[in-house]
Amino acid sequence: MNAVEPVSAHLVLASRFENIEVAERALHDLCSAAGCDGDQLYWVVSALREALANAVRHGNHLQPERKVHVDLSVDSGAVTIRVDDEGEGFDPSQIPDPTVPENLLRPSGRGIFYMQQFMNRVQFSRSPGGGTSVLMVKLLQPTTRSSENEEPNPRSR
Amino acid sequence: MKSQIRDRGDVRIVELSGKITIGSGDVKIRELIDESLAAGKKHLVLDLAGVTTIDSSGIGEMVACYTTVTKKGGHLKLLRLSPKINDILQVTQLITVFEVFDNEAEAVSSFG
Repeated sequence: MNAVEPVSAHLVLASRFENIEVAERALHDLCSAAGCDGDQLYWVVSALREALANAVRHGNHLQPERKVHVDLSVDSGAVTIRVDDEGEGFDPSQIPDPTVPENLLRPSGRGIFYMQQFMNRVQFSRSPGGGTSVLMVKLLQPTTRSSENEEPNPRSR
Repeated sequence: MKSQIRDRGDVRIVELSGKITIGSGDVKIRELIDESLAAGKKHLVLDLAGVTTIDSSGIGEMVACYTTVTKKGGHLKLLRLSPKINDILQVTQLITVFEVFDNEAEAVSSFG
């Protein structure tokens, strides 16, 4: 990917699932402007969708008056996404591993796992208002695949 | 998400296309499977060739449908995964749960 001017956007969305499409469109446009290719874009958009779904459902409990704050930035080296909700916060370490046999048939609990697979960095913290803030980074430069990870991994794409 | 249903003998093939995502497609899958079970169809195939995106809610709903169908004595199998959906099933380990086919005739005959 050639060096490009950084592009960014800040969105404040009501807590509705249909607004995920709005953020997806914004990220799609930023990435396209920065020359982010189709495969990388697909996985980054997937991670954004999961972060927003968590913020709308688990953070803001589908209450439209509670907002989801989205910061998107793209430059030649990385896509950076920050999603803040106005909920009560949560401890991501309490989410069980969805890939162990006893959890495979659970109908939920894969969102954070998705994000971790699709992005190079996923970091949770408390937002200033007490809700959850998630920072995600996808490096756009080719990275060396980790030797301990032999399974197909969208993160390497 | 759009869907189309057709029966080949006692095997019901549910063709899905578009996005299977939270708040829309995920619920629709459940409705399609419930309707099929209510109609006595227990040999079910989800044809995913036209699916462009599936999020964790969509995957979760497919897993829930698999469990529901299995408890009713039926089988739910997958047909024609795109490379990206195949990747998702690989990393989530769900490829070990679902029987997956590339060819419709093979999927249909697998029910015996």
